[in-house]
Amino acid sequence: MSSIPASPIENETHITSYPKFIGRSLWLATEGSFAFYAWMTALTAVFLVGANAWANQVAGGMIGTNMTDQVSWGLYIANFTFMVGLAAGGVMMVIPAYLYHDRKMHDVVIIGELLAIAAIAMCLMFVMADLGRPDRFWHMVPGIGKFNWPISMLTWDVIVLNGYLLINMHICGYLLYMRFLGRKPNPVWYVPFVMLSIVWAISIHTVTAFLYCGLGGRPFWNTALLAPRFLASAFVSGPAFIIVAMIFIKKLTGVGGLDQPIGTLTKIIRVTILINLLMVASELFTEFYTGGSHVSAAKYLFFGLHGKTALVPWTWTAIAMNLIAALLFLWPGVLMFKWRPVLVTACVMAFVGAWIEKGMGLIVPGFIPSTLHEIVEYVPSQLEWKVTVGIWAFGLMIFTIAIKTALPTLKRTDFIDNQD
Amino acid sequence: MTNHPSLPIIENFSRRAAVKGAFATLGAGAFVAAISPLRQAAKNTTAAEFMQQHYTELSPEQKDEVIARLEAETKEKYGADVTIGDDRPIPGTKFVYAINLSVCNGNGKCVEACHQENNHDRATNQSYIRVLEMPKGTMDMEQGSTTYSGVVPKDDKFYLPVQCQQCDEPPCVDVCPVKATWKEEDGIVVVDYNWCIGCRYCEAACPYHARRFNWKEPEVPAKEVNPDQSYLSNRIRPVGVVEKCTYCLHRTRRGKLPACLEACPTGARVFGNILDKDSNIRWILQNKRVYILKEELGTKPAFFYYFD
Ligand code: SF4
Ligand code: SF4
Repeated sequence: MSSIPASPIENETHITSYPKFIGRSLWLATEGSFAFYAWMTALTAVFLVGANAWANQVAGGMIGTNMTDQVSWGLYIANFTFMVGLAAGGVMMVIPAYLYHDRKMHDVVIIGELLAIAAIAMCLMFVMADLGRPDRFWHMVPGIGKFNWPISMLTWDVIVLNGYLLINMHICGYLLYMRFLGRKPNPVWYVPFVMLSIVWAISIHTVTAFLYCGLGGRPFWNTALLAPRFLASAFVSGPAFIIVAMIFIKKLTGVGGLDQPIGTLTKIIRVTILINLLMVASELFTEFYTGGSHVSAAKYLFFGLHGKTALVPWTWTAIAMNLIAALLFLWPGVLMFKWRPVLVTACVMAFVGAWIEKGMGLIVPGFIPSTLHEIVEYVPSQLEWKVTVGIWAFGLMIFTIAIKTALPTLKRTDFIDNQD
Repeated sequence: MTNHPSLPIIENFSRRAAVKGAFATLGAGAFVAAISPLRQAAKNTTAAEFMQQHYTELSPEQKDEVIARLEAETKEKYGADVTIGDDRPIPGTKFVYAINLSVCNGNGKCVEACHQENNHDRATNQSYIRVLEMPKGTMDMEQGSTTYSGVVPKDDKFYLPVQCQQCDEPPCVDVCPVKATWKEEDGIVVVDYNWCIGCRYCEAACPYHARRFNWKEPEVPAKEVNPDQSYLSNRIRPVGVVEKCTYCLHRTRRGKLPACLEACPTGARVFGNILDKDSNIRWILQNKRVYILKEELGTKPAFFYYFD
């Protein structure tokens, strides 16, 4: 690492300074106000409920879930799919910052990268929660297990998700460590990885779509539009989450320079939310105008089939939320500071809308009707909700701690070098 | 939040560190308590089972050990004395099934026979076979019903039994991330129940609803356990893994017929080795107008249907 300017802490090597950095980060991450401790305690409590529910699921078998041989994936895989999108959505900060040299975005881009880390951690937890035999997890580890690569799309997903996690951990870790040492980050050590992460972000969501759209026996998923749709909705839900997070960070910590990035992200959602709606509309036209057996899943989703209507309220809630959010985003006032509550409302609606559309609205109807055209409905069990909420709480814990660790960097934004 | 000095004042530091340490300990303790049900699960998995290699990588000695262990476990858990064989494909064999839909009357005896033969969970009444009651005049499964009742056959209906089609291009095998399921030389698609991680991707990929997941540990009373078992077929499955029809390989690879065929009172089912020129199944495929399910998906089933 000779290209890095000499350290102010002259006679220290990385072997001694890195543990110090970790210790210091841990200390900082656990420092805070009463509200912070209350928040973390609440998250821990929720997480523990989830951990307990999961342990019961492993001990008693997955009979505790409401999944069946007909609907063999449910809430876990729905959340997994959505989380991949959230992780990929962070790239909407990286692209303006590094490809368009948006200085202000560049200063705070680490928020998006930290979100990616938290979201991928949640993805991996949701996959674990869905396994019937988590104790055999090692069978999937290349080298010691039997990795069905390149044929199985799931192995691709394992690779791209873990790769994305590592890339983002490297970028964030490197920048924060340099900040700790008081050195200027050397672009050689992180810019190539940032560029890689842009391509990689697209890949994680594309591969995740390929998991489903490559299955000929499931007409509802078997559409070439699935991957583009996944990306479009990811570029709604990701930025929406980041906007709300930024507004909170600004309120709670006084980090400055966030208003312009919020504006940029809002403008991005304005476009992506419309692209997403357009693709949904085009999908629905193809399904309903063509008719035949292809349309039964969509019919079930929107109107119910043979009197079974479990998903209908979910779908229409999602549609309503997406439409209202789109209208709010198009309204010029949403960019104005005094209308911040409207922006937050629009973001929350877009976020929840995307969650339903991609989760319950995409995974479950793939199984209804079943391949033998049985209609077996699915409503998540209490155990599934507990595990799910527990994983969300854990993800929020990671995100909170990560942001806290990064606060000094965010506050002294002038520190991160400007590319040009 | 105020700006912290680069190093906190030392007394303050140690007090806060103690508080943080206490909280961390408390959290860790609560976590251990929360996941304590796992201890129960861990007890059910022996170290030998945990470490077991993939079926295709076991040496003959290792296989013997595994099988002895499984037999002992069945005795302990279910109170039944069983023999678990390791039946391999017979060279020069390719098994194919056919059903005469003009004859099948939907009585469901095959469904029951499968349930008993393959040591399925009694509580869920599991079986690898599902029979659809279809209105005459359509091939559209959407019109069918798997939950029909009453006296069969009904005049305006015909009956379509569906089980694993032992596809020659099986999507279920392609998607498995750990190669826990594969196609053997005689055409049978099998699962190593001790290697499957229970992701259920294959269940999503199969277009014929042929796969089942063990949502709970199967319950079979000792006196109902079928003791003639095989590692890759009807041994009692562990919880949390996927299973499927194996054309009763523990029978067919020993020269017997599948249990569903023997149970069928109408003679609708025909089973045999397609490579055997004199076999009945070969004659049917050559002389009847046979068809396969969901041909457009390109799965190339080894399971045929025909009408007289
Ligand atoms: S019917 Fe289903 S389980 Fe059987 S081989 Fe074909 S895809 Fe696999
Ligand atoms: S459930 Fe088992 S057999 Fe099926 S894809 Fe997953 S690991 Fe393979």
